[in-house]
Amino acid sequence: MDEQTTRGYDVEAVRADFPILQRRLDEDTPLIYLDSGATSQRPRQVIDAEVDFLTRDNAAVKRGAHRLAEAATDAYEGARETIARFIGAPSAEELVFTKNATEALNLVAYSLGQGEASTPEHLRVGPGDEILVTEMEHHANLVPWQELARRTGATLRWIPLADDFTLDLTDLDSLLTERTKVLAVSHQSNVLGTLTPIRRLAEAAHAVGALVVLDACQSVPHMPIDLATLGVDFAAFSGHKMLGPTGIGVLWGRAELLAAMPPFLTGGSMIEVVTMEGTTFAEPPARFEAGTPMVSQAVGLAAACDYLGALGMENVAAHERALTTRAIEGLRELPGVRVIGPDAGPDRAGAVAFDLAGRHPHDVGQVLDSRGVEVRVGHHCAWPLHRRYGLHGTTRASFSVYTTEAEVDALVEGMGAVIDFFARFDR
Amino acid sequence: MDLTSLYTDIVFEHDKRPLHAGLREPFAAEVHHVNPTCGDEITLRLQLEGEGEQARVADLSYDATGCAMSRASASIMADLLIGRTVAEIEPIAAHMEQVMHARGKETGDEDVIGDAVALTGAAKFPNRVKCVLMSWKAYQAALLETRVLGER
Repeated sequence: MDEQTTRGYDVEAVRADFPILQRRLDEDTPLIYLDSGATSQRPRQVIDAEVDFLTRDNAAVKRGAHRLAEAATDAYEGARETIARFIGAPSAEELVFTKNATEALNLVAYSLGQGEASTPEHLRVGPGDEILVTEMEHHANLVPWQELARRTGATLRWIPLADDFTLDLTDLDSLLTERTKVLAVSHQSNVLGTLTPIRRLAEAAHAVGALVVLDACQSVPHMPIDLATLGVDFAAFSGHKMLGPTGIGVLWGRAELLAAMPPFLTGGSMIEVVTMEGTTFAEPPARFEAGTPMVSQAVGLAAACDYLGALGMENVAAHERALTTRAIEGLRELPGVRVIGPDAGPDRAGAVAFDLAGRHPHDVGQVLDSRGVEVRVGHHCAWPLHRRYGLHGTTRASFSVYTTEAEVDALVEGMGAVIDFFARFDR
Repeated sequence: MDLTSLYTDIVFEHDKRPLHAGLREPFAAEVHHVNPTCGDEITLRLQLEGEGEQARVADLSYDATGCAMSRASASIMADLLIGRTVAEIEPIAAHMEQVMHARGKETGDEDVIGDAVALTGAAKFPNRVKCVLMSWKAYQAALLETRVLGER
């Protein structure tokens, strides 16, 4: 039985929406794109939404009284509402557009370090405070917190990784204390595929009065998300990993927190009253969107949310889960290949990283690329995670709505070819 | 795509049995270079005899982790440079750099760079150029650190 009949998910119909999937890398080599965890491809609906906006309504938003400016502002704010609904945010006003998820996380880290006396104590990180992260974090959810600690005199601590590729929560009680101001954690590891027990962690953090910042870059594109019930205070994700454009990220934050936070970047559009002596700031989200924002990207990202919503995120998650299981089972059969991540199951999702004994991932990726199989190699911006497992890097396949079982099989066959290719030099 | 232009037998020979590998004493300078995109690392030690441009490489030892290209490059380079003077090495390093940035349009002069011609296939793959040149950059940084050429 094919995928359509087993799960009611028509992957071929989905693929027809993605123009880039039709291209060939060269005459004999079709594109087998297994790097959606780095950036996903965009369907015609997203590309068209941006083109339609640019050819009909393009103008600077929130300024000028002309009709075009109003149309552009409507498109921008309409996009905010669409995206808010997609992730279950109680209000569109809780969504801040940033240039990417990295900027969204930096926004929070910077704002919490401002240390102004007028800012409520729970939104101020200073000497003696602790920031808790995990050993599995992407650099985007690690370095800003290291820097916040360095600037403020706070201490950075981390939840270690266990041998089974999950977080080791044995010492959680001693790591998460009254001193902890912030817990910053990924929803899903971009390397291991591990899903973190976010509800449990958020409850524990709130019990000691800490804020919870979620890196949702790898979860929002791949599973149903309802931020209102997840228990976190902030969440960051990027447009380009969820079928949307580059140049846009989203920070979601609880309204009462955003309302009390000092700004990150300052300038036009984020002000209330400006005199030569000083400035008062606009309410969120405008307070955190200094300068002319990315409008066509917001429109494109809203179109991506509509596209994913129409597919149904439950269906997307089931589709990718089946691919993940297939990849893990296939790769495990190969000599010298070790999957770096938990077994297939409910606690992991679709990033499948692996190691080939004695071979550097760069070399593995090069041979796979010669067969059109496009994967990511290296440390995937999670260097401490790799160091934890004694690895310099891994090869990672990652999936999206358009990935097929045949492509997963091509990865497994490709790895067989990689092994054969290098074996002839090992005589 | 022609993988054999990248993974030549010479590359694998050096990858499997790297020449002059391991860190040795004495050394006048030690540097540590990293390729931040892939995490490849090399620690390189340089020992010179003599002064100025006529100083001779008495030993070049290293510890390299990385792909076949980067490890082979370190091995070939060490074998090429040990015993030569700084003045002799300069045109070799310059030629290496030039060929690696020629996007595969130059094959390299074997009389100048020896076995390193086997690495020049990587010049066609822009993201592999850094793998090959990392060890050469490390040599140049170590040379500066010895101050054998004075402050410059």
